[in-house]
Amino acid sequence: MSEVKYLTEFYHLPEFKGLEGYKKNGGYVQLAKALKMQPQAIIDEVKASGLRGRGGAGFPTGMKWGFLPKNDEPRYLLCNADEGEPGTFKDRMMMEKAPHQLVEGMIISAFAINCKKSYIYVRGEYDDSINALEAAIQEAYKAGYLGKNILGSGFDHDMDVYRGAGAYICGEETGMISSLEGLKGQPKLKPPFPAVQGYLKKPTIVNNVETLAAVKYIMRDGAAGYRKYGTEKSAGSKLFSLSGNVNKPGNYEVPLGYPLKDMINGLGGGIKNGRKLKAVIPGGSSAPVLTAEEALNANLDYENLAAAGTMLGSGAIIVIDDSKCMVECLANLTHFYHHESCGQCTPCREGTGWADKIVHSILSGKGRLQDIELLVKVADNMKGRTICALSDAAALPIISFVTKFRDEFEYFVREGKSKVKGTAYKGHAYAATASH
Amino acid sequence: MFQLSPQGKEKVLAELKRYESRQSAVLPALYIAQAENKGYISPEVIKELSRVMELPEANINEVCTFYTMYNKEPIGNHHVQVCRTLSCMLNGAKELSEHICSQLGTHLGQKTKDGKFTVTEVECLGSCGTAPMMQIGDKYYENLTHESAMNIIRSLK
Repeated sequence: MSEVKYLTEFYHLPEFKGLEGYKKNGGYVQLAKALKMQPQAIIDEVKASGLRGRGGAGFPTGMKWGFLPKNDEPRYLLCNADEGEPGTFKDRMMMEKAPHQLVEGMIISAFAINCKKSYIYVRGEYDDSINALEAAIQEAYKAGYLGKNILGSGFDHDMDVYRGAGAYICGEETGMISSLEGLKGQPKLKPPFPAVQGYLKKPTIVNNVETLAAVKYIMRDGAAGYRKYGTEKSAGSKLFSLSGNVNKPGNYEVPLGYPLKDMINGLGGGIKNGRKLKAVIPGGSSAPVLTAEEALNANLDYENLAAAGTMLGSGAIIVIDDSKCMVECLANLTHFYHHESCGQCTPCREGTGWADKIVHSILSGKGRLQDIELLVKVADNMKGRTICALSDAAALPIISFVTKFRDEFEYFVREGKSKVKGTAYKGHAYAATASH
Repeated sequence: MFQLSPQGKEKVLAELKRYESRQSAVLPALYIAQAENKGYISPEVIKELSRVMELPEANINEVCTFYTMYNKEPIGNHHVQVCRTLSCMLNGAKELSEHICSQLGTHLGQKTKDGKFTVTEVECLGSCGTAPMMQIGDKYYENLTHESAMNIIRSLK
């Protein structure tokens, strides 16, 4: 099976970044069309298209919009561009190569949900994305696609960019709302859900970059046309970020349901340096790891990966070859989650810290066999007990790594060195990171 | 004592009016102040922002300490941030940061003696397909080798 160029059709054209080039290739035609429609008809079309959130949770977009109160209360549209899930770099490409595609998708979405103000929350490190979006928004204002009475429709909309400041947790929608309010990015208890009470306690819809960009294509092709790609429950195409030990890492757009094997061995050009495949994390670091065998039988859609005990997540595929030590890989991730826990809920704050200490104790050759059980127990106690999903996201990789690659953990405890590398762990890498 | 420049102050006041809530201006204001204080936020910076923004120091300080992009200690003229997370690690990020530190004669988080560089390891920067990589200032440098990374670093004034 081959790649598709649906959302990414014009990404090879540098001119697609600017307004002129964007318009030359079909830009803002769908906005003009949408503004003549009934807002509810747009929502119905998005619902019928089967579009699901592309940021990680996979929640049906049209249904999310349907949770807004049915009155004229001011509401916000917040674009989640805080791409931070390790392994994910698709939104960055979309914003840098096609900022107008997102802006147009957002204005259409805003019109559908009767929203007069939207923000794009971009992670602080993405300087090029922020500059591209700010330039595109300025151009859109000048051309009358933003501001008062857009294209004579009577619809007003303002859009602004907000720069994050380095915190994974702000990718969680209520954490993002806290951050946009100028606070620590700590998630809030749900309910109330953001669609009812979000930014400044007003109804707020939070959607991922790729999700909002897709809305334009649902306008163009209709729900049925959009469903040309994908499966019944996983409609459309999706961008996947492929990284790790493959020959051709990068972003690839494929229909949902695409075989993971073809992604790795076909588009990805196979495993680097002639090594063998050992493991794959299919949906960003929070998704449970798959063994090589499981991976080669999996398809890239929501239901197939769920059946395989993992998830599609953000579409970040991290490939691990057979020269890599799984204890060391897990230690890298436990460090990440410990660093990124916002500290609000005890099971997460303490659990991520303990898990990280235990894995590093094994890695330093001081581990005991009962530490392996302890690690799983700590992870079990982190699940389903906190305000947001970060704690679960940290627990799932731990449990899957230890369960599926237990021999590597036991070997490290018994021999004090890596089964794969044959050496003890050395190095400074986990001792100090950025001041925080 | 730290004081915002007249232009800096003007920018902070503009941010206060830009959003529906004044508190929303705290993140942008911290960036403006950091740029005027050699790249880090000191307690004096918090005091000045509190005065200018008419917000309690605690509201600004807790935000500052939550996020990694605000430096809480003085840093070198160039902040070399090497991504350490899994995809980069699988492609030699740890060896890369060790190499950079040893070439510069420094340790992670420590300014070089000439004050030019601070090297840190940071979590995923969203550049996993071009690993290993580093960010210096606002700029990403991708697909690095030990040599290309040092060439980039040495070319900085």
